[in-house]
Amino acid sequence: MPAITPLLIAQLVIIVVVFHALLLAAAAMVWVERRLAAALQQRLGPIRVGWQGLLQPFADVIKLMFKEELRPKAADALLFGLAPIISATCAFSAFAVVPFGAATTFFGLLSEPMKLQVADVNVAVLVIFGIASMSVYGIVLAGWSSNSKYSLIGGLRSSAQMISYELSYGMALAAVLILGNSLSLTEIVNGQSGYWLGFIPKWFIFIQPLGFLIYLTAGIAETNRAPFDFPEAEQELVAGYHTEYSSMSFAMFFLAEYINMVTVSAVATDLFLGGWYGPFLPESLGWIWFLLKVGALLFFYVWMRWTLPRYRYDQLMAFGWKVLLPLSVLNLLATAAGVLYFGI
Amino acid sequence: MTLFYLFAAVAVIASLLVIAQRNPIYSVLLLIASFGALSGLYVMLDAPFVAVTQIIVYAGAIMVLFLFVVMLLHAPAEETEHDEKIHPLRRAGPMRFGAALAAALVVELLWALTRAGGETGPFPGAAVSSVRAIGRALFTEYAFQFEVTSILILVAMVGAVVLAKREAAKS
Repeated sequence: MPAITPLLIAQLVIIVVVFHALLLAAAAMVWVERRLAAALQQRLGPIRVGWQGLLQPFADVIKLMFKEELRPKAADALLFGLAPIISATCAFSAFAVVPFGAATTFFGLLSEPMKLQVADVNVAVLVIFGIASMSVYGIVLAGWSSNSKYSLIGGLRSSAQMISYELSYGMALAAVLILGNSLSLTEIVNGQSGYWLGFIPKWFIFIQPLGFLIYLTAGIAETNRAPFDFPEAEQELVAGYHTEYSSMSFAMFFLAEYINMVTVSAVATDLFLGGWYGPFLPESLGWIWFLLKVGALLFFYVWMRWTLPRYRYDQLMAFGWKVLLPLSVLNLLATAAGVLYFGI
Repeated sequence: MTLFYLFAAVAVIASLLVIAQRNPIYSVLLLIASFGALSGLYVMLDAPFVAVTQIIVYAGAIMVLFLFVVMLLHAPAEETEHDEKIHPLRRAGPMRFGAALAAALVVELLWALTRAGGETGPFPGAAVSSVRAIGRALFTEYAFQFEVTSILILVAMVGAVVLAKREAAKS
């Protein structure tokens, strides 16, 4: 048993805070998504429940809780129940290794500074990649165990899509790892402190614009968001892999999708946008910058969804293998050469 | 030590169940569980990089392909009792050969287990826990083996493409 120290308590507090912040972020994203969609389509969206409809997500959750939990007769009971749990667990656990602020003593409350992060793993980037590659099982199993053709097609599409885009995703990550010279997200963020010429922040997005675009595109495909939302393309597949789900198990898929968005944005912020570094604020308040950057990326996500129509499935595959993958390999080679010969 | 036995038990039981039940989807999932337990053992050996690689490569990439193929074939209850009886591997010859192989495996395992030292716990030195050290070793000391392996994989890839092309040309 480790002794109960202030550091341990602070760590526990961080775990609880991160968990609930993710839940709240998912709720907030539902509201943002619906209001933004409404604004883009010149409607009002939810405005009745609470001020400006802010309590709408909570009303939705309560409604979902009281819905009947349905399971098709021919479904595989065990896997049908397991699939949403896998999805939600993977979504939550990926965020555990994401740092969201500089080490702080909480205004002198702690004797030694503590990292704002659930777990500081020295192979953090790989852990995120590994969990992302595991999260596909939730969707694939949901599709298979429902024993319905729409669900199955959704699950198959999802696995093919994730395999295809994972490669480019990994290559884009690898280029940043070369620049950051580390696998630890904290060290990569610390490598982005300071300014060029006194005013351009040393964020990797300025060295890696192509890598950033590849990461964002592959990230959208990995989280199954429009314009790459093939696993649930409602015009063709009813609702894709979660067609047969209702009540809270449906809500868990929903939750997983939004938390995955938050995680992809948070990782993009740490890798490309300088994490918690920014002007004006002292380093102890850097998490505000972090939240702002993540928020901007999430806004971009929603904006994309309601602006671009869905691709065709063959276009998705052709784009992933013939455009994105070669580009990401080129990007990786160019970055490696740049670091080796010019010492960027 | 408790953790070691937990992971080891999960790995062994899951691996046994992979071959002990009929539904191929469950076999794939149990194999993933077994890989997960193995990766837990790697973490305990102070080799997080190997653990994560195990998850990414085996559980994440290869098993997704397995699952993909099993789902595409969509044959969960294909092997009925009758199918099993007329299965070519059920004949006397293959079964004797299999028994001989199993016996050889048991002997080998016993030999390896009795020779192994009683050492547990982290690997001496930080060699396996540092990604830098692994990379350096791979590209200097083991560069030849590394390149040979990559050529082997490339050949397999080219072979897969050729086979797929031939199928497409026929149809």
